[in-house]
Amino acid sequence: MAKMNMIQALNSAMDVCMNRDPNVLVMGEDVGYFGGVFRCTHGLYQKYGAHRAIDTPIAEGGIVAAAIGMGVNGLRPVVEMQFADYIYPAIDQIISELARLRHRSGGEYFAPLTIRAPCGGGIRGGQTHSQSPEAIFTHACGLKTVMPSNPYDAKGLLIAAIEDDDPVIFFEPKRIYNGPFDGDHLKPATSWAAHPMGEVPEGYYSLALGKANIVIPGNAVTVIAYGNMVHVAEAAIKASGLDAELIDLRTLIPLDTDTIEASVQKTGRCVVLHEATRTSGFGAEIVSQIQEQCFWHLTAPIERVTGWDTPYPHAFEWEYFPSQARIIEAMQRTLENN
Amino acid sequence: MMSSDNKKTYQSKLFIPTASSRPENKPDYSHLKIPSPLDSQRPDVLVDAEQVRDLAYGIVRVLDDDHQAKGPWQPDLSVAQLHTGLRHMMHVRAYDQRMFTMQRQGKLSFYMKCTGEEAVAVAQAMALEDGDMLFPSYRQQGLLFVRKRPVVDMMCHCISNAKDNIKGRQMPVFYSWKEGNFFSVSGNLATQYSQAVGWAMASAYKGEDHIAVSWVGDGTTAAADVYHALVFASTYKAPVILNVVNNQWAISTPQSFANTGTTFAARSIGFSIPGIRVDGNDFLAVYAVTKWAAERARKGGGATFIELYTYRTEGHSTSDNPDSYRGKNEAAHWPLGDPIERLKNHLIAIGQWSEAQHLDLEKELKADILAAWKEAISHGSFEDGPHWPVSSMFEDVFKDIPPHLQKQMHKIGV
Repeated sequence: MAKMNMIQALNSAMDVCMNRDPNVLVMGEDVGYFGGVFRCTHGLYQKYGAHRAIDTPIAEGGIVAAAIGMGVNGLRPVVEMQFADYIYPAIDQIISELARLRHRSGGEYFAPLTIRAPCGGGIRGGQTHSQSPEAIFTHACGLKTVMPSNPYDAKGLLIAAIEDDDPVIFFEPKRIYNGPFDGDHLKPATSWAAHPMGEVPEGYYSLALGKANIVIPGNAVTVIAYGNMVHVAEAAIKASGLDAELIDLRTLIPLDTDTIEASVQKTGRCVVLHEATRTSGFGAEIVSQIQEQCFWHLTAPIERVTGWDTPYPHAFEWEYFPSQARIIEAMQRTLENN
Repeated sequence: MMSSDNKKTYQSKLFIPTASSRPENKPDYSHLKIPSPLDSQRPDVLVDAEQVRDLAYGIVRVLDDDHQAKGPWQPDLSVAQLHTGLRHMMHVRAYDQRMFTMQRQGKLSFYMKCTGEEAVAVAQAMALEDGDMLFPSYRQQGLLFVRKRPVVDMMCHCISNAKDNIKGRQMPVFYSWKEGNFFSVSGNLATQYSQAVGWAMASAYKGEDHIAVSWVGDGTTAAADVYHALVFASTYKAPVILNVVNNQWAISTPQSFANTGTTFAARSIGFSIPGIRVDGNDFLAVYAVTKWAAERARKGGGATFIELYTYRTEGHSTSDNPDSYRGKNEAAHWPLGDPIERLKNHLIAIGQWSEAQHLDLEKELKADILAAWKEAISHGSFEDGPHWPVSSMFEDVFKDIPPHLQKQMHKIGV
């Protein structure tokens, strides 16, 4: 075991996979010689060579297309989109091609890509460096969609994603790259060193895609979160003193509906969180599935706490970011109904 | 309301390109300068792109107006190979005619012919190795004939019956055939072009000799993926052949809306990739240029960009009538003729073929296609099946069917 932040854990996952399988390579803008703008691919170029940590032209559509061709030819590319906000030029290649290739070819062809994309705000990135576009990819059938919330999960899930024969969109909440963030930007930054999930095995392990994690067990209300909202929710639950159960989804597709349903059927109350915009966000899908499966167990309307339906602001970042206060209010509203 | 005075005085300066002809014009291609086969150099395969700029602006030809093979690009093709090429092209045409007719009779939802362009796919496939990966667009059915895909299987795909290898998931002509290294055809144009470059990069990464080959049409050259393909191919010297089939028309959009006033071949010069324009209806020239490009790729010289100068004799698909947007019989004015006629005339000119043999072969292939159709339809029709089971719709979305899809499967009771 070693102390790792999320960047080191992701780096270790790629290192482990490249070491085990010569068909694994990483590619993207600035990922080679420089080691990535967030340092996630640091040292891989020096260790494995320029042909396995490949610097690419600045064209996301071209990067994903080339990786698809490589995947069809037996390689296992791990593609970095420098920011999730830059993924849109590649969206035709991801949704029309990558996601549907296996189906449209009757199972003849597939491309086992992992596309890593740092997402989310809270880093003063404005609207072009803060988005959380995960819902778009969950709507395109054929993609697995992952968003870890801590270093241990990040490494285990990334190894699973790389080894998976289906394409995986792997979102990395960049606000928690260096430490867990509870939503209070005025507090000093904390590091992963003090967090139990910052203990990461140095070697190989993987976590199954599609399995949620119950972070805090509880009986009064279910709180469903993923990515950096897990830490905000955890702090909100502690601050409120409520007996809430916190579920970290880890994977959106496939979705661990069993864990969600078991919890909501127990608590009868639910708050769904995400940082992404509200309308048609992935929370809408979760709420819909809960009312289909748990309607007669519910004692209160399901609440959503999300980013607003505006572009991510620069000046009003903390008015936009779902705060502990909003989460506590939502939990309390669900508890007002008996 | 705009006054009539305003209408007269206002004159937009916005330039809009015109077509080679519209129904109200008489087609006229007399401005096209068709060079002689002696006019084009045949450089060493490892030449720098800038040394062969002339090839991007000329037209590489082998078959001269007297039907003889001439000039530096004459390929090393035996009479038997020429007969094979002729047979494949005629087979494709017979197939297209049958499938078009069957669409008109309601047996297929849709069809696309490649009439007038048969030399492109047939000659190119013959110039490649079986291990080379093909990333086609939707008008390269000739590749499948050369690689010996059973015609019955192609038809079964087009009618989505129980024998369709892609399980009724795509429209007719969107073939996929892994056994023949033929990639799944996409309807989103140009996406396969940059994927082909990635496939070629992987081939080089693994130290293999296989190359990738891809095709787009003249209209599709406007798409960003084409430039992704060119910049990636050039950056990594990928062993790939990138073809532009300039058949003059993209449904009703003339090539003037994409050619930017020059040749398509010229576009690759800025990427340090040799651009070669070739007479796409000259079987020998298409074969020769493709062979050159394949050798260049295999020797580490990187990509070649080939413009196949041809003409789409018929409509884009069964869904459009070309008489509604281009001059009547424009095809008859096309100065580079018909690829089958030209190879036939060449074989006759060298004493290796006759009109009688040609008619016999036509008859034989027509009968072969009819027999194949009867067999295909015996495996199921588009209207009445049998098709794949409905449950197959839920397969292959992922490698294994995840719980949410299993639930949806049960919901519709399959």
